[in-house]
Amino acid sequence: MKWILLSIVVCATAASDILQSHEMKRAGEHSVGARGLVRLFQTIARRRMLILSIVCLAVSFFAFMALVQAAPLSFAVPASAASFIIETLLAKLVLKEQVGARRATGALLVLGGVLLLAR
Amino acid sequence: MPAHPNRTLRTYSLLLLFIFLRPVGNLALAWGTKHFPQSLSVDPSVYLRAMLDPFVALGIAMLILSVLTRLALLSLADLSFVLPVTAVGYILATLFGQVFLHESVTAQQWLGTVLIFMGTALVGSTAHNTTKYEEASE
Repeated sequence: MKWILLSIVVCATAASDILQSHEMKRAGEHSVGARGLVRLFQTIARRRMLILSIVCLAVSFFAFMALVQAAPLSFAVPASAASFIIETLLAKLVLKEQVGARRATGALLVLGGVLLLAR
Repeated sequence: MPAHPNRTLRTYSLLLLFIFLRPVGNLALAWGTKHFPQSLSVDPSVYLRAMLDPFVALGIAMLILSVLTRLALLSLADLSFVLPVTAVGYILATLFGQVFLHESVTAQQWLGTVLIFMGTALVGSTAHNTTKYEEASE
């Protein structure tokens, strides 16, 4: 059960992150000050893909809530970071971000650490 | 990369806010759900009742705020910068699990923590928005 919940969390998180980053880059710079928040909500309401990303986020969240209840916090949180490598690849392939050697190595070290933590 | 100083300051302030909100929110959520008598399944009514628990509610409020903070952060910096740097939150969650929830964390798991810190330091020293300044750097 804990692995089913984990796969739901990982897949929904990756989909949500890619959609969020893609849409927020197109929307321009935002902040979370009083006026910034109003603009942020307006942006969310206007962009359909951003709403879809929030649906994905909701799915991943409810699965995470069940996971965090059933499994230890020190497993649930790091294990859910298994989406890292998929997302870094998608960032390069879909979002066309430049993932340099340094940054890729850093992401891989983080991933290796997360894998050890998840045991 | 000639990033504007204010932009850099804003990026790092949002990053710090996110790094605080997420693990503390996770801890409150874990505490609340673990002390909730019913098992969370596909039944929405169980979720709704669980959300009335003060710790679950606090956790959710903090996590929602962390999502908004992250949205703002993503408008300033690349996803491949944001993702590994916020991994600090995963380490804090493990620490909180050990300290507050009395979970056993093995030596192997702490080795993983060190690897995460190394990876984070490496990524944190690189440019944090590559798509915006493409023309300027070519």
